[in-house]
Amino acid sequence: MDIMLFSLPIVVLLPFFGAIVVALASIANRIYAAWSAIGITVLSIACLSPLAARVFDGETIIQSWAWIERAGLFFAFRLDGLSMFFALLILGIGFLVILYGRYYLSSKDHMGRFFAYILMFMGSMLGVVLSENVILLVIFWELTSLTSFLLISFWQHKNEAREGARMSLGVTAAGGLALLGGVLILGHIVGSYELSEILKSGDIVREHPLYLTTLILILIGAFAKSAQFPFHFWLPHAMAAPTPVSAYLHSATMVKAGIFLLARLFPVLSGTQEWLWIVGGIGMTTLLIGAYTAMFKTDLKGLLAYSTVSHLGLITALLGFGSKLAVVAALFHIMNHAAFKAALFMIAGAVDHETGTRDTRKLGGLIKYMPITAILAFITSAAMAGVPMLNGFLSKEMFLTESLAVSEGLLWASIVPILATIGSILAVAYSIKFVKEVFLGEASKDIPKIPHETPYGMLVPIGIFATICIAVGLFPAFMVGDLLGIVVASSLQATLPKYELALWHGVNLPLMMSMTALIVGAVVYASRTRLYRLHQRYIESINAKQYYDMLIDELFALSIYISRKFDKGSLQHASVWVIVSSIALGTIGFCMIEAPLIGDRSMLDLDLVTLLMGVGLIFVSLIMIVIHRQRIVSLVVVGFVGLAISLGFVKFSAPDLALTQLSVEIVTIILLLLALYFIPKNTPIEHNKKRIYRDIFISLLSGAGITAFTMAILTRDFSSISNFFLEQSVPGGGGTNVVNVILVDFRGFDTLGEISVLAIAGLGIFAMLKGMRLPEYTKNCSGLSWSDDPHPMIMSTLSRVLFPLMLMFAVFIFMRGHNLPGGGFIAGLIASIAITVQYLANGISWTQARLKANMHMMIGFGLLIATLAGIGSMFVGYPFLTSTVGHFDLPIVGNIHVASAIAFDLGVFLVVVGVTLMILVGIGKLGAVAESKSLDNKEIEEGA
Amino acid sequence: MISASSISVFLPVLLPLLGGIILLLSRFVGTKIQQKISMALLIILVATTINSLQSAIQNGVQVYELGNWVAPFGIVLVLDGLSAMMLLATSLLAIAALWYAISSKIDIKGAGFHALFQFQLFGLNGAFLTGDLFNLFVFFEILLIASYGLLVHGGGKERTRAGLQFVVINLIGSAIFLFAVGGLYGMLGTLNIADLSVKAAEISSVDRGLVMAAGFLLLVVFGVKSAMFPLYLWLPKAYSEASAPVAALFAIMTKVGIYSIIRVHGTIFGDSFGEYGFFYMPILLVLGMVTLVMGALGVAASKRLGEQVSYLVLVSVSILLIGLGINTEESLSATLYYMLHSIIMPGAFFLLVHMISIGRGEQKDIFVQGVSMQGKILLGSTFMVCAVALTGMPPFSGFIGKFLILSSALGSDLFWWVLSVVLITGLIIIISLARSGSLIFYNVKDIESSSPVTMNIKAYLSIVFLLSLIIALVIFAGNVVEFTDMVSSQIYNSSGYIDAVLGTDTLKGVRQ
Repeated sequence: MDIMLFSLPIVVLLPFFGAIVVALASIANRIYAAWSAIGITVLSIACLSPLAARVFDGETIIQSWAWIERAGLFFAFRLDGLSMFFALLILGIGFLVILYGRYYLSSKDHMGRFFAYILMFMGSMLGVVLSENVILLVIFWELTSLTSFLLISFWQHKNEAREGARMSLGVTAAGGLALLGGVLILGHIVGSYELSEILKSGDIVREHPLYLTTLILILIGAFAKSAQFPFHFWLPHAMAAPTPVSAYLHSATMVKAGIFLLARLFPVLSGTQEWLWIVGGIGMTTLLIGAYTAMFKTDLKGLLAYSTVSHLGLITALLGFGSKLAVVAALFHIMNHAAFKAALFMIAGAVDHETGTRDTRKLGGLIKYMPITAILAFITSAAMAGVPMLNGFLSKEMFLTESLAVSEGLLWASIVPILATIGSILAVAYSIKFVKEVFLGEASKDIPKIPHETPYGMLVPIGIFATICIAVGLFPAFMVGDLLGIVVASSLQATLPKYELALWHGVNLPLMMSMTALIVGAVVYASRTRLYRLHQRYIESINAKQYYDMLIDELFALSIYISRKFDKGSLQHASVWVIVSSIALGTIGFCMIEAPLIGDRSMLDLDLVTLLMGVGLIFVSLIMIVIHRQRIVSLVVVGFVGLAISLGFVKFSAPDLALTQLSVEIVTIILLLLALYFIPKNTPIEHNKKRIYRDIFISLLSGAGITAFTMAILTRDFSSISNFFLEQSVPGGGGTNVVNVILVDFRGFDTLGEISVLAIAGLGIFAMLKGMRLPEYTKNCSGLSWSDDPHPMIMSTLSRVLFPLMLMFAVFIFMRGHNLPGGGFIAGLIASIAITVQYLANGISWTQARLKANMHMMIGFGLLIATLAGIGSMFVGYPFLTSTVGHFDLPIVGNIHVASAIAFDLGVFLVVVGVTLMILVGIGKLGAVAESKSLDNKEIEEGA
Repeated sequence: MISASSISVFLPVLLPLLGGIILLLSRFVGTKIQQKISMALLIILVATTINSLQSAIQNGVQVYELGNWVAPFGIVLVLDGLSAMMLLATSLLAIAALWYAISSKIDIKGAGFHALFQFQLFGLNGAFLTGDLFNLFVFFEILLIASYGLLVHGGGKERTRAGLQFVVINLIGSAIFLFAVGGLYGMLGTLNIADLSVKAAEISSVDRGLVMAAGFLLLVVFGVKSAMFPLYLWLPKAYSEASAPVAALFAIMTKVGIYSIIRVHGTIFGDSFGEYGFFYMPILLVLGMVTLVMGALGVAASKRLGEQVSYLVLVSVSILLIGLGINTEESLSATLYYMLHSIIMPGAFFLLVHMISIGRGEQKDIFVQGVSMQGKILLGSTFMVCAVALTGMPPFSGFIGKFLILSSALGSDLFWWVLSVVLITGLIIIISLARSGSLIFYNVKDIESSSPVTMNIKAYLSIVFLLSLIIALVIFAGNVVEFTDMVSSQIYNSSGYIDAVLGTDTLKGVRQ
C-alpha cells in the first residue's frame, strides 16, 4: 500500500491524534508535552513534503473517499498551490509558536492541555485548507471556532478570557452557520460539493438567481472569521488569550481562513459588481477602522490586534478589486503579514513576559535591557509600516498600484487610492508608536519586573521571522517567486498574469504614495496628543463590545420572557392547549372537505328509558359542576355516570360490559374514597372569573365537538370486521361469548397489555406509598380522625359468612366466562370486592392476619400464567396466544368445554385481584396505625 | 419448532415482559441478584434486537400473527426496517441507562425500579412493533404508566408534581386517542393499520372529512407524545425532575410519538390517501419550526443544566418534525439518521448532568458560581463533546443529521424559512451552552469543595458507551444513511408493508 495515496488525511488527522499523545505525555513531564507537540508538527510536515514537488509541477492532488455518497459528502482532500501554501504556513508558524510557547508558559500553566488544544486547532485549520469537499471544509471551519474557544479561554480564571472566548465563539459560529447555508446553496447550484466541480462552474453560479444570496451568506462566514467590519470587534477581545495563541490564531492562521475562502472561491464568486462593491467596500472600511483604532491603543496586543484587522481588510480589499494582479498582491501580502505580525506578537509577548505589563504608558526605554529584542522589533515593525527593503513594502506597493488601477477611468473611484494612502499613513503611525513607546525613550520606573533579555528559545522564532522579512524584502523573486506563482495560479484557476517581483520599479505614483505615507505617518505620530484628545472626546465611547453584550443580554431576557410566558408550569394551562389543539385540528380536518355533518342513515326511535338516562346524565353533570368543590359528594355523583353507562351496555345487549363496568365502578369508588381521606374535603375556590368563563367556553366547545363527531359517525353507514368475530367465535375461539373470546383470544394480546398496565400501576402505587409518610395520619386535614368505633358486629359476622359464597360466585363467573357473560376480569373484580368487604367489615389488621397471600407474588404469577399460556402454543409451532379447545369430564360439574385460553383468563383473574388488594392495603396502611397501635407495623408492610 | 419470526419479531416484546414478571417475582432475592438479572436481560435484548435488525434488512417486512389470527382480524406485530431500527436504538440506550442506574445506586432509591424498567421496554418495543392501532393505544398505556412509575422513582416533592402533570396531560392524550380510534373504526370498520390504509383509500368524499378529523386528532395525540408545540408543556419539568437514568431513557419517549406519526400517518394518510395524501405535513413543518424556536428560547432561558438539556430534547424533536414535514424520501431518511442521534445524545447528556451536579455538591446543576469539582477536566471535556454534539456543530452526528435535513429541504417551498430558523436557533443554542459550560467549569471559586465527591468512574462508562455510539454514527454515516434510505423508501412505498400484513394468508382468517 502506497502511503502517498492517503497522506493528506494523515496530515490533517495526525495533529488530532497528536493531541492525545501530548495530553498523555504531559502526565509524565510537562516539558514532554512541548517536545511531543513539536514532533507531531514535524511529522505532519514530513507527510506533506513528498507531495510538494508534484504541486510545484502544477499538479492538483486529490485524495477522496466516500462518506455519505448519496448526499454528496466525501472525505476528500485537495492539495494544490493555494492549499499547500496555507498548509505550510499553518505547520511552519505552528512549529515556531510551539517552540516559543514552550518558554512562554509559566510553571502554573497546564502545558499538556495547552499544546493539545494547539494541535487540535492545527488539525482543524489544516482541514479547512486541505478540504476538497466544501461540507468537509465547513466541518473543519467550525472546529477552528471551537478549538479557538478553548485556546482563548485557556486562562479560564480570568473574566476577560471567558468573555472574549464566548464572544469569538458567538461571532465566528454565527459566521460558520451562514457559511453552511451558503455552501449548501452553492452545492445545490453546482450539483456537487466538490471544489473541483465548483471551481469549474463560475459562470453557472454567477448567472444563477441565487448568486447574491449565496455570495452574502458565504461572505458573512468569511468576514466573521477574518474579523472584517462589522464583525471585527471580537478579535481585540480574543487577545485575552496567551500570546502564542494570539500570534498563531489571531494573526497568522485562523483569521486568514476567511481570506483563504475568498481566495479559494475567487474563480466562482468574483467578477461581478456585487463582489467588487461588497468585498472591496468592506475591505477598505476595515482597513481604515482597524488602522485608525490601532493608533490609539495603549495595550500592545490591542494595537497589534487592530493592526491585524486593518491588514486583513487590506487583503480583503485587494481580493475585492477582482483583477488578477490584485489577487497576486493579496496572496503576497498574506505571506508577508504572517511573517512580520507573528514576530510582533511574539515580541509583545516577550515584553509582557519580561516586564509584566503590556501597557505602552508604563513601558519605555527597553532597548537598554533587551537590545536583541529591540532590534528585531525595529525590523518587523518597519516591515509592518512598509519601509523599503522589507517584505511589507513590496506588497503594500502592489496594493497601492491596484488601488490606482481600480479607480482608472472613474472620477469618483479616485477616492480609493486616497483612502489607501490614508490607511498607509495610519499604519506608519502605529508602527512608530509600537517601537518608540516600548523600546525608545526614557525607561519607566513603575514596571512590575526588572526586564532581562528574552530567553533564546523565544528569540529564535522571532529571529527567523525577522530574517524572512529582510530576505523577502531584498530578494523577493528568489525567495517566494515560485511559490507565489503556483499559489496564484491555483487560486485563480487560470494562467498567471504578468507581474514582476522586484525591489525597484522605478519612480512612479505608488512609490510616491508610499513615501508620502512614511513622512505623513511620522508627522501624525508627532502630533498625536491633539489627535488623542479628539479621539477621546468623540470616538472612544463607541464600544462594539457594549453593543454585543447588550444584544446578548436582550436575547436572554427575551428568551426568559417568552419561555416563562408560555411554559408556566401550570397543569391547567398545559391541558387547555391540548384540548384547544384537538378542537382546532379536528375542525380543520373535517372542514378540509366539503361534506354534510350528518350522514343519511336513519336514526333510531327515542324510547323513554334512553331519554331518561340521557336527561339524567346531563342533570348529574350539571350538579357536578355546582358541587364540585365537595370532593366526596362529587365522587358519589360521578358514580351515577358509571351506572348509566352500565345500563346503556345492558340496553345494547352487552351484559359482559355492563357487569365489568359495574364492578369497576364499585372498586374504584372504594379506592377513591380511601384516597380522599388524605386530602382536603374541598377543592380551593377559583377566584379568577376570566378563567372560569374561558373554561366554560372551552368545555362547551369540546362537548359540542365530540357530540358532532359522534353524530356524524353514527349517522353514516357502518361495515366492519366484527362479523368475522361473530362467525369465528365458536369454531375458532371455542366459546359462544364473543366478548370474552375477543378478550382472551382474538385480541388476547390487548388484554395481556392491559393487565400489564394494571400490574404496573399496582407496582407504581406500592412504590409511591412505600416511602410516603403523611404528616398526621391519625387525622385528616379537616381534623376528622379515623373512627374509633369498633367494627359493627352484624356486618362483620355476616360478611364472614358471605365471603365463601362470594368467592364461589367469582369462580362461577370465571368458569362460564368463555360461553356466557363472565370471565377472568369480572371474576377478579368480584373476588376483590369479596375481600374488600372483609377489610371494611373486620379491619385491616384482622384481615391481614388471615390473608397471608403476598400481592406482589399474586400479580407476578398472574402475569406469568397469562404469558406462559400464550407461550405454550409457540412450542408446537403456532404463534403466541394461539388457543385450542378441549372437553373434560369433571366429577359433579360434568362435561366442561374448555378452551386453553382459560389459563390466560386465570392470569387475568389473579392480576386483577392482586392489584386491587395491593392498592387497597397500600392506602389503608397509611391509616392503619391509628386503627390499632398494638399491631406490629412490619406485619402490614410485608403483607403488601 | 419455534419459528424464526417468533425470534426476530416477537422476542423483542416477549423478553422484557417476561423480564418484568421475573423481576416482580424475584422481589425477595435481594438487590444484587435483581441487578444481575436485569443486566443479563438487557444484554440478551440487545442481541435480540441486533438479530431483528439483521433479519429486517435481509428478509424485508415480517409479520407475526398473534393468536394465529390473520390481519385485519387478529393483532399482528410487524417488523420492518423502521421498527428494527427503533428497537435496537432503544435497547442500546436502555443498557446504558440501566448500567448508570446500578452503578450510581439510583435503582435502590425506591421500590420496583428494575421491574418497571423492563415493563417500560415492553411498552416501547410493543409500540414499535404493533401493526394494530388499538394495540398501539394499549402499548401507549403501558408506556405511560411504566414511565410514570419510573418518573416518580426516588420520590420528592418537585418530582411528584412533575409526574402528576406528565400523567394528567398524557391521560388527556389517551382520551383523545380513544376518540380518534373510535372515529376511525366507526368510519372504516377496522383497526389494523394496513387495513385502515386500504379502507381509507376507498373512502367516499362525503366521509373523508371525518377520517381526516380523526387523523388530526391522532396527530394531537402523537404530538403530545413527541412534544410538539403547543403540546410539549409536560416535557421540560418531567425530564429535568426525573432521576438521571430515567431521564436518559426518556430520550426515546418523544421519539415514540415521531415514530407513530411516521408509521400511522405515513401508512394511512400517505400517498394512498389520494389527492389529500400527506394533508398533515404542512402543519407538521410549521409546528416543527415553532417548536424549534420555543425550544431554543427555552434553552437560553433555562436556570439549570438539567432544564437546558430538557429543552434540547425539545429542539431535537422539532428538527425531526421539520425533517418529516419536508416530506420527501430523502428528508425522511435524513430524519431517521437524526432520530438515532437524538435518541442517544440526550441520553448521554442527562447522565452527564447528573455526574456534574453530584460533583458540584450543593449548587447541583443550577447556574450559579460553584466550586471546582473532582475530575473536572474529564467531565469538562465530556461536556464540551456533548454540547457540541447536541447543538449540531461539527464533527458529530448532530451536524451530519442537520446537514442531511437541510440539504433535503433545498427543493422545498419553505426552504428559506427552514434554513433561517434552523441556523438562527442553532446560534442561540451555541451561545447559551457556551455560557453554561463557561459558568460551570471555568467560573469557579478558588476554594476546594468542603466535601469533594470522587467521580464515579464506573457510572461514567455509560456515557463513554453512548458517545462511542455517536462516533460510530459519524464514521459509518455512509452505511447508516444507506440503511435509512432503504427504510425511507419502505415507508414511502407503503404497499410493501400493506401487502405483507394483509396478504400473508390466502385462507383469510381461518385458523388452521
